[in-house]
Amino acid sequence: MINIVLLTLLVVIAIAIIRMKDLFAAVMLAGIYGLLSASFFVVMDAVDVAFTEAAVGAGISTLLMFVVITMTGRKEKSIRHKPLPALFVVIITGGLLIYGTLDMPYFGSEDAPIHNHTSPRYINDSMQEIGIPNIVTSVLASYRAFDTFGEVVVIFTAGIGVLTLLSIARTKKNDEEIESINDSMHQQHLVVRIIAKMLIPFIFLFALYVQFHGDFGPGGGFQAGVIFASAIILYAMLFGLVTARKVINQIFIQLIAALGVLLYGSVGIVSLMNGGNFFDYNVLSSNPITGQHLGILLIEWGVGCTVASVIVVIFFNFAGRRELQQHKKPSQDKESSK
Amino acid sequence: MEIVITISSGFLLLVGSFLCISGGIGLLRFPDFYTRMHAVGVTDTLGAGMILAGLMILSTDFLVFAKLVMILLFTLLIGPTTSHVLAKAAFHNGVIPKGSNNLKQTKEKESTSSII
Repeated sequence: MINIVLLTLLVVIAIAIIRMKDLFAAVMLAGIYGLLSASFFVVMDAVDVAFTEAAVGAGISTLLMFVVITMTGRKEKSIRHKPLPALFVVIITGGLLIYGTLDMPYFGSEDAPIHNHTSPRYINDSMQEIGIPNIVTSVLASYRAFDTFGEVVVIFTAGIGVLTLLSIARTKKNDEEIESINDSMHQQHLVVRIIAKMLIPFIFLFALYVQFHGDFGPGGGFQAGVIFASAIILYAMLFGLVTARKVINQIFIQLIAALGVLLYGSVGIVSLMNGGNFFDYNVLSSNPITGQHLGILLIEWGVGCTVASVIVVIFFNFAGRRELQQHKKPSQDKESSK
Repeated sequence: MEIVITISSGFLLLVGSFLCISGGIGLLRFPDFYTRMHAVGVTDTLGAGMILAGLMILSTDFLVFAKLVMILLFTLLIGPTTSHVLAKAAFHNGVIPKGSNNLKQTKEKESTSSII
């Protein structure tokens, strides 16, 4: 019942996003879409996925899209011609996809291949082989460590892509200017600033909790990285990009992003050199279980570092681009803010 | 003792839910932006607080209790702040409360003077 309600709401929101001309509202709806799918995942008992979806889909991606909207403007361009070929292509692709799903086992059916040998293996043996209560983490970080490595590399590549496309030579601003911007912002955002100052340490603490509690409950490197980055982004939004750049050196952050991937990869290399397979943590220590724990801890740490720093880098570059744009045409900007 | 706990937590949950629902009705029925925001902001903070308090009374595990207290503190900080930010942003962008002609005139004067 609740599945049907949630899925109906998802469809309604998807249609609303398509019909919406106001980009701001569309992004807002996309955030709601993310939150709804997160609750859908909770209903399906996939708490880890729901956690990621809530942090990424409803949180960070919405925020990044807002940053982009401040640069592009709120209104969608009106399209004169009717995009009939596009509709044709979409209908054909969609039809093929639906035709493809006909061969798949029914939703939740017992004799689906995945329920026959993969899942029981994980559920039965993960406690003896890995020794951590959260099976999702043991699947993600140990059984399928190579897949997760691929995911981390994808995120890292996204960071590099944003850097190559948007990276700009920053003009050095003098301290007085920073001070004046800071003062004007202090007047504007007094309440939010004080609340944020109170909350940011706790957000960091929560991120670390999620990072290291991933073995026992929902959480792990991906979620923790996003939460960590969101605290830094909150700081950058309220105290100005220049101040945030002073606190957090971007070169340093880029280095950490690379180091996270390196740490992950080198865990695999070390297990190779100790005579096991790539990402076989059993050989990391004399006791296989301890080796597994050590391996999972290290690679989660690598994932967390990479995710957090890549997101911070993306935000810094997006927002830096925006600041540059505003700097170029301050008169126009003043009028639009009125 | 058992019955006192059940009744009091049930009462708190009921009142909290009622407040949340009335906030939702207010969001739909009130005439302009500020009253709508007021309806949701005020009732949500109190309603969520009461629901959390009701759950706290019911909780037997200390860890659950501590987590609920943290969520309560978080809502108490975040709810009013978001309302404040929303109202401020709306006022900044020239949304005038309904029925306040004085404010409208001063705002208009301000905007005309600044354009000149």
